[in-house]
Amino acid sequence: MSLKKVHDIQPKDFKFSNENLKKAEEILKKYPKENKKSAVMPFLYLAQKQNDNWIPLSAMKYIAKFLSMPYISVYEVATFYTMYNLAPVGKHFIQVCTTTPCLIRGADKIVKLCKEKISPNENQISKNGSCSWMEVECLGACVSAPMIQINESYYEDLDEKSTIEILDSLIKDKPLKPGSYRGRKNTAPEKEYSANGENYA
Amino acid sequence: MEKIMLKPEDKIFKNLYNNHGWEINSAIKRDDWKDTKDLISKGREWIINEIKTSELRGRGGAGFSTGLKWSFAPKKVGSRPHYLVINADESEPGTCKDRDILRFEPQKLIEGCLIAGFAVNAHVCYVYIRGEYLNEGKRLQDAINQAYEKNYLGKNACGSGWDFDIHIHYGAGAYICGEETALLESIEGNKGQPRLKPPFPALVGLYGCPTIVNNVETIAVVPTILRRGGKWFASIGKPKNTGTKIFCISGNVNSPCNVEEEMGIPLKELIEKHAGGVIGGWENLQAVIPGGSSMPLLPKNICDTITMDFDSLIENKSGLGTAGIVVINKDQDIVECMARIARFYKHESCGQCTPCREGVGWMWRILDRVVKRKATFSDIDLLSDVTKQIEGHTICAFGEGSAWPVQGLLRHFRKEIESRCREEPLIKKRTNNPYLVDQHLLENKNA
Repeated sequence: MSLKKVHDIQPKDFKFSNENLKKAEEILKKYPKENKKSAVMPFLYLAQKQNDNWIPLSAMKYIAKFLSMPYISVYEVATFYTMYNLAPVGKHFIQVCTTTPCLIRGADKIVKLCKEKISPNENQISKNGSCSWMEVECLGACVSAPMIQINESYYEDLDEKSTIEILDSLIKDKPLKPGSYRGRKNTAPEKEYSANGENYA
Repeated sequence: MEKIMLKPEDKIFKNLYNNHGWEINSAIKRDDWKDTKDLISKGREWIINEIKTSELRGRGGAGFSTGLKWSFAPKKVGSRPHYLVINADESEPGTCKDRDILRFEPQKLIEGCLIAGFAVNAHVCYVYIRGEYLNEGKRLQDAINQAYEKNYLGKNACGSGWDFDIHIHYGAGAYICGEETALLESIEGNKGQPRLKPPFPALVGLYGCPTIVNNVETIAVVPTILRRGGKWFASIGKPKNTGTKIFCISGNVNSPCNVEEEMGIPLKELIEKHAGGVIGGWENLQAVIPGGSSMPLLPKNICDTITMDFDSLIENKSGLGTAGIVVINKDQDIVECMARIARFYKHESCGQCTPCREGVGWMWRILDRVVKRKATFSDIDLLSDVTKQIEGHTICAFGEGSAWPVQGLLRHFRKEIESRCREEPLIKKRTNNPYLVDQHLLENKNA
């Protein structure tokens, strides 16, 4: 369960775009007709994507009507799950994994860099208005620790140098490629072992 | 007494690192979808018996017999349809095996779904993928589409006479949805809060219908077991702990990796042969979390000899869990590591049961006090008491999962904790706070 604050300034209206209406119809086909409520989570994702990566209250009302379910049930779902943003985030949204497997490989250094480069506080938009960051719990790429997620992609096997490069590239709005930053193939063991583990952050 | 490593031909996941390509045609070259029709034509009884012979135990953490679980599904379909649900909500800290199966061996999972779906009388399968694995989900969707193109799914799937469809449902960042009933709640469009059991999902599950919930790895090994025979699978590993398993080795090792190995492999061998050894050498090892963050840690003296299988880890008051091995060496502050895990549980508790919702916060705050050297000796007993108050008093196993790691820390590192505690209680220092307010809570912004 997460502590989340609903944004102060809310748009009045929300409607799915025509493209999203088509996607919504496709989603509804996945579930039995009498259980359309199941579509609430994919619908919230659609709304989030349409509205610059955050969900306004008007979208929740719209979805509630769409699926003929109480507004409060949609609100419950939107506030329960951490991946629904209820306030604006940066165009480049950085999530730093800081759970133990990443922590012991130096995730705190990445957090420090985010504070220096992006913004001093979590969930605060950077000065140039395009980035924000937050600490998250395990992202499920523990053997590639430390790692961060930027929007949808995983950036793995980081150290201080590569983190600086990635963050700089985001500030310049030219994001680097996701994947391993130690040049290894997926989760395979590396042949040349690092001496004393010096190659991690 | 060195054991021989798992033979290459006995590996089930040959494309774990994507050396050969994930597309359906490459997968077919690796024998996926070979004679699937014949396997299905041998019938439900045969499939379930073969899985029982293999002694396959669920790979999601609990280690329950898969064949037995399938046999709980009603033999005949009544008024309600049956469902198969695949749990790909992999969020246990230390675990990242399902991600590689979704990315690089999706056809094994899809074929397994068809066979399992047939065995439990389900025409529809939902794969619940955690929201963060969006790219992995897209990959699986591509693989599903390729399977549809070849008529391996859909009407008369693979020529078996069985209609079968697979849908993907994304989670949205809630660890608790890895618990099977919370997962079903989530698919139904509710908050992910676990249900009381019984009734078990096998009888009353998704939409109130009989539902079998299995982990990704469990289902992905099924086709290979059926092709090579349950006896083959049972011949690998140890009795009751059979087969191969993907181990995720992370933390303070020279070369963290995922690797498929035989069940019952000695932990030391696993770390030294595959992960390049502990950073600073084996003597620099402090502790190992053997099965994802929910399992109690093991100190070095146990790690020297322990083998990685369900039963020998239970004997040592831990568990294999998801086989996510987190290695912690002596350069780390062990209490800080465990305090971070307690913070994880505090963040992820669904809030349904009071002992868990309140208790996980207590555990984190006390451990945080220990890290900051502000705890008193009575705090240690309080911590131990809190873990006992949570354990066994909650609807789902999250309570145990959060309390066990702390109990493990107390069991093996009590001296370390004591050396950081002090005699005088904090309350003497400042008394102008309202009665019964935790001093520490007021000081900590995030509490």
